[in-house]
Amino acid sequence: MTDTAPIDPYAALQDKEPPKAPRSQWKDVWDQFKHHKGALFGGGFLIFITLAVLVGPWVWQVDPQKLDIRNKDLRPIYTAIWDSTAAVRWGNPLGTDNLGRDILANLIAGGRASMAVGWAAMVLALLIGTTVGVVSGYFKKADFWLMRFTDLVLSLPILPLLLVAVTLFRQPLRANFGPEGGMFILIVGVIGLTSWMQTARIVRGDILALKEREFILAARSIGTTSGSIILRHLLPNVISPIMVSATLGLATAIITESALSFLGVGFPSDFPTWGKLLADSVQRMEQYPERVILPGLLISLTVLGVNYLGDGLRDALDPRIRGR
Amino acid sequence: MLTFTIRRLILSIPTLLFISLVIFLLLQLAPGDPMAQVPLTVPPEVKEKMREALGLGQPIHVQYWKWIVQFFWIEPQVLIDHWFGTTFAEGKQRVISWQTRSPVMDIVVQRIPQTLWVVGLSYVVGILIALPIGIYSAYKQYSVFDQSGTFITMIGFSIPPFFTGPLLIVIFSVQLGWLPSIYDTTHVVTDWESFKVQFMQMGMPVMVLALQTTAQISRYMRSSMLDNLGQDYVRTARAKGLKEGVVVMQHVLRNSMIPVITVIALGIPAIFGGAIITENVFKVNGIGQLLLTALFANDIPMVMTLTFIFAILIVLFNLIADVLYGVLDPRIRYD
Repeated sequence: MTDTAPIDPYAALQDKEPPKAPRSQWKDVWDQFKHHKGALFGGGFLIFITLAVLVGPWVWQVDPQKLDIRNKDLRPIYTAIWDSTAAVRWGNPLGTDNLGRDILANLIAGGRASMAVGWAAMVLALLIGTTVGVVSGYFKKADFWLMRFTDLVLSLPILPLLLVAVTLFRQPLRANFGPEGGMFILIVGVIGLTSWMQTARIVRGDILALKEREFILAARSIGTTSGSIILRHLLPNVISPIMVSATLGLATAIITESALSFLGVGFPSDFPTWGKLLADSVQRMEQYPERVILPGLLISLTVLGVNYLGDGLRDALDPRIRGR
Repeated sequence: MLTFTIRRLILSIPTLLFISLVIFLLLQLAPGDPMAQVPLTVPPEVKEKMREALGLGQPIHVQYWKWIVQFFWIEPQVLIDHWFGTTFAEGKQRVISWQTRSPVMDIVVQRIPQTLWVVGLSYVVGILIALPIGIYSAYKQYSVFDQSGTFITMIGFSIPPFFTGPLLIVIFSVQLGWLPSIYDTTHVVTDWESFKVQFMQMGMPVMVLALQTTAQISRYMRSSMLDNLGQDYVRTARAKGLKEGVVVMQHVLRNSMIPVITVIALGIPAIFGGAIITENVFKVNGIGQLLLTALFANDIPMVMTLTFIFAILIVLFNLIADVLYGVLDPRIRYD
């Protein structure tokens, strides 16, 4: 008989390994999101550009409206690499326009306007879309008419109507809120009011499915009111489709604002936005191609980043794909 | 199916009437005055007469009713007269543009060929490029082709036409000098040389618009193919020894085309209206450019009619897409 170590009958019960922190849903989402390279780059670029236009005016303290007619039509500093005769100046690293306004400062100021319009219009569209979707999914009586209304708005020709609305309401809003504030309200309003329909449809579909589930029945059986069922139980469950349509909404809002500015119905002429900078430079793009390319590149990269972010979010938030 | 189509057709009438009312009321709020261009030496009472001649003095509901009658009753008669040489519409008031004082529909008919040529062709080109890309990148999912295809479609999705347009002009017209930057509408194709000129001038607008179409449709095609490639019937088809080409190009492709065809149908109204920006960049005087100039000139009858034509097209093609979906996919039953 050899000596064996005494067996502790309770060893299995005394698990020494500390329990792992419980996995939350958002940690799972992040783990999946990390694997989508494009989404990481897209999200990173969006954060970078948002910070750049927010902090930019303090770092690059040149007034975008300051006229410096002696230094007009400067080329960006990098053109000196291949063209030694180009007029460049370290004071204006991206050159100046035909009135001597600094292009870098204008791009930062224009980015502020474009991003502000994009975010505000997206939030407005989300608010309307979620409200319509939740109400029509939860309350049977409202469903028919709200969905008919949504279908109707979906069949309106959006871009022509946007143009009509902007040209028509420009004067009264400018008179009430000033040229810049009025246009901001108008553009955010028209973009928000014409882009909520997809969100409403998706949210309605999800709510319709969710409200038949047991946890809603349980909540109702203990006397929870409709309002708090919606706020506490339904909305947290539809947050993922809302987030995905938020990214799509941001992308369309930025593009629509730039398109309106490009067609000349956007902000007043001395108020730079990316679309407006691009539109103003098209006339002389043979001599100064960078004035078209720089704002165009910023619009495209931002929208590309936002679209990739949306793609990654959609994958990360879908529990069927997650973990693969 | 037939009852469904008829019911949808009948339902679309109140929809269209409501849309026309919305557009009409929106335009009623317009601050612009069509008499603003008239010289100041014209006395006010004469101006008032001119305004009445345009039908402006009447109450709103009378104006709306007159527009409805002109658009739905008199304009079709004009069309019938044009086709059969009859005289139904003789002496009746048509929808008149305030800019040119000529009937709106005549101008629209003049402008439609340019839009159809440029935008319609770009749609066809875009679809023809998009379908093979979508099919192949779904078949070789996560391959290099798929990754780069997805990246390119993402770019096409994200770059707005008012950037690609000027960019192409800088590259192909300014730097290389290959293509003209302005579309010449008066150009007539008579022989090979003039056909080449026409081909060159259509090149860039078609490229810009086709990039957008390609991006959209190849994404749909890819995801639809991916949905179908994992289905059981594909495994069955392979198991019974069908060739890979037959499995993919006949079994899978035909089933994946169902949602793609409806997406293609839904995109057709955009051919007529959505190319406003591209037509503006390349100076193509089509429908979109007509709408833009009419808007800036406060030409309300023109704007009203054009926007409403777009609305009709959207409603019509929504209906066509739904019906097509039901016809192509026997699993869908509208009851």
